[in-house]
Amino acid sequence: MRHTISILLENEAGALSRVAGLFSARGYNIESLTVAPTEDPSMSRMTIVTKGTDEIIEQITKQLNKLIDVIKLIDLTEGIHIERELMLVKVNVSTAHHREEIKRFVDIFRGSIIDVNETNYTIEMTGTADKLDAFIKTIDSTLILEVVRSGILGIARGSKSLHL
Amino acid sequence: MNKANEAEMMIGGDIFVNALIAEGVEHIFGYPGGATLHIYDAIFKQNKLQHILVRHEQGAVHAADGYARSTGKPGVALVTSGPGATNAITGIATAYLDSSPMVIITGQVPTALIGNDAFQEVDAVGISRPCTKHNFLVKDVKDLAETLKKAFYIATTGRPGPVLVDIPKDVTINRAVFEYPETVEIRSYKPVVSGHLGQIRKAADMMLSAKRPIIYSGGGVVLGNSTKELIDLTRLLGYPITQTLMGLGSYPPTDKQFVGMLGMHGTYEANMAMHESDVLIAIGARFEDRVTGVLEKFCPYAKIIHIDIDPSSISKNVKVDIPIVGAVDQVLQDLIQTIKETDQKSDAGALTTWWKQIETWRAKNCLNYDRNSPLIKPQFVLEKLSQLTEGNAFVASDVGQHQMFVAQYYQFAQPRHWINSGGLGTMGFGLPAAMGVQIAHPDETVVCVTGDGSIQMCIQELSTCQQFDLPIKIIMLNNGYLGMVRQWQELFYDKRYSHTYMEALPDFIKLAESYGHIGMRIEKPSEVENALAEGLAIKDRLVFMDFVIDQDEMVYPMIAAGKGHHEMLLSPERELA
Ligand SMILES: Cc1ncc(C[n+]2csc(CCOP(=O)(O)OP(=O)(O)O)c2C)c(N)n1
Ligand SMILES: [Mg+2]
Repeated sequence: MRHTISILLENEAGALSRVAGLFSARGYNIESLTVAPTEDPSMSRMTIVTKGTDEIIEQITKQLNKLIDVIKLIDLTEGIHIERELMLVKVNVSTAHHREEIKRFVDIFRGSIIDVNETNYTIEMTGTADKLDAFIKTIDSTLILEVVRSGILGIARGSKSLHL
Repeated sequence: MNKANEAEMMIGGDIFVNALIAEGVEHIFGYPGGATLHIYDAIFKQNKLQHILVRHEQGAVHAADGYARSTGKPGVALVTSGPGATNAITGIATAYLDSSPMVIITGQVPTALIGNDAFQEVDAVGISRPCTKHNFLVKDVKDLAETLKKAFYIATTGRPGPVLVDIPKDVTINRAVFEYPETVEIRSYKPVVSGHLGQIRKAADMMLSAKRPIIYSGGGVVLGNSTKELIDLTRLLGYPITQTLMGLGSYPPTDKQFVGMLGMHGTYEANMAMHESDVLIAIGARFEDRVTGVLEKFCPYAKIIHIDIDPSSISKNVKVDIPIVGAVDQVLQDLIQTIKETDQKSDAGALTTWWKQIETWRAKNCLNYDRNSPLIKPQFVLEKLSQLTEGNAFVASDVGQHQMFVAQYYQFAQPRHWINSGGLGTMGFGLPAAMGVQIAHPDETVVCVTGDGSIQMCIQELSTCQQFDLPIKIIMLNNGYLGMVRQWQELFYDKRYSHTYMEALPDFIKLAESYGHIGMRIEKPSEVENALAEGLAIKDRLVFMDFVIDQDEMVYPMIAAGKGHHEMLLSPERELA
């Protein structure tokens, strides 16, 4: 099953490679990984999306907890939570018809066009990974020049939170 | 910065030495180079910290490891950058897999050159990441003392392990005020100590309801200094106990409740009892594949209780019913208390039947061997060694058949006396590890049991032994083969002995003598006992004993790959009792 694990870790050189190294050394798979400092610059928040049986997920969380740089973690999948991903897409829109069509889909998916020139639009869109996938499937694939996705961010719903 | 402060400033090299002294380190094993020159200069200028110069960095780390395993104190090794660091890796991985508390210091090129492919630069932190508990790169001399404190703290607490500290050369010459913190706090590292009382109560209940219980204990008991608690619990319950390779020495081997080692070369009675058990009590053991046999056939009838300090060891290979995370000594004390206080009693009738069953397995006498052979049997050498030293010697071994023979025939009367590479299985470990043990215990008998293959992997350390007057007793079981590999080729590859014959062996006697040691060759069974007694009686010299043994001897009993505990291969001689 797919799990989204949120980790607070020391914002130190090498912390990211400890986590990445753990996944490759033990043969766990990573679907996506995002990391950036938190409001407290000494800590980073990482979100990892991984897949595995219950036993594997249990080992993954234990092994992550064992890393000295990991301060705390939660498996968001165990409770209700929100996931979001940011995507930037550059498309070729050299005809009026294409400009029209792309604009319409962007509106339907509640994205926005953030950069424009005679031949290209750059679209920004956030949502769940499913929604972003759906957008990519909807538009004419021959128009796509570039897709950049941030990887998934997650946070628990309600008062539950991951902090020191 | 005012004048007074400047006076208290020290260069990094001196901070390093003073930090180690403040930490209580007395011995450090190492080998110098360009990146560690300032540190070596600081070592030269003092006499509190003794440096033992090895002949290869692998030897330095194994020696520090042997020191750590035999004392419980952290072992410290110091190597230079680049090849010094890479040579140390085998030793570090060896310590990691056996959870040995160690601090390894690697020199590094100056901070300004890091990343430039400078002379003798390797990414020591990157290379060692998967085989250390943690590691550090010190970028500023101001952080040096505290980082060293953290390294010792992490190495010696929780589940112990090696920690590497990489120190660039400029950090060792830059100045800072020396202040060694008494304690450190690491917010992301809080090892657990006591186990969950609810779980302990459940475990006590399950243990007392057992009809065919067995205790299976491992190296965690030795590392956690919990021998007394283990003995108390085992005696209180009256249950059979088996131990892993790493656990030997933490329960009296001559006690009736001890059924021997388990696993691939464990005893028939231990493995059969594991297979038939209904409650398995795992204490500081990690269900490694050499212990469990094939997992599908592992303990089919047993409910499992597992006590371990490392949560990631629990349910990693085998799903357990009652996990208890905590320091072994604490958990066992609580468990003993709980059992003493409850009204619940163990099932005496069932236990009697169980013991009867175990005695029939024990009666197979699975460790028997041919005692009438005209050739020296390795088992005989170790049986005699065990008798002559009354099980009280420190025995470091290498890896192979000889290692298994020690485990089977040497009756370790004390913990921390059996020093071997169980997890990584590193040939070359024995001699340098024995050096570390001898440095820590100058007046004790330290034996290195080795093979003709293994000894050649760190033989250069004979020179270190000469320099530091280490009177180690080397017992080489010379079968002219890479015996353990040959055994598999004999059993499973139709005797195609591909590259397991040690052609062109040196004359070990002359070799030992050339290093200033005493050499002995023993070729007949009738000479074994006297030779051992003679060698052991020499207290001030290293004695290299080359025992020319039966080349065809195999380690039995054995669980072959893909088999379960109940499917052991027994030795053809087992009926000779
Ligand atoms: C560094 C290293 N290389 C290879 C091996 C694989 N190996 C395991 S046992 C063994 C044979 C050891 O031969 P020897 O030291 O003569 O011991 P014996 O089995 O003959 O008693 C080998 C090659 C190992 N364990 N370690
Ligand atoms: Mg051999």
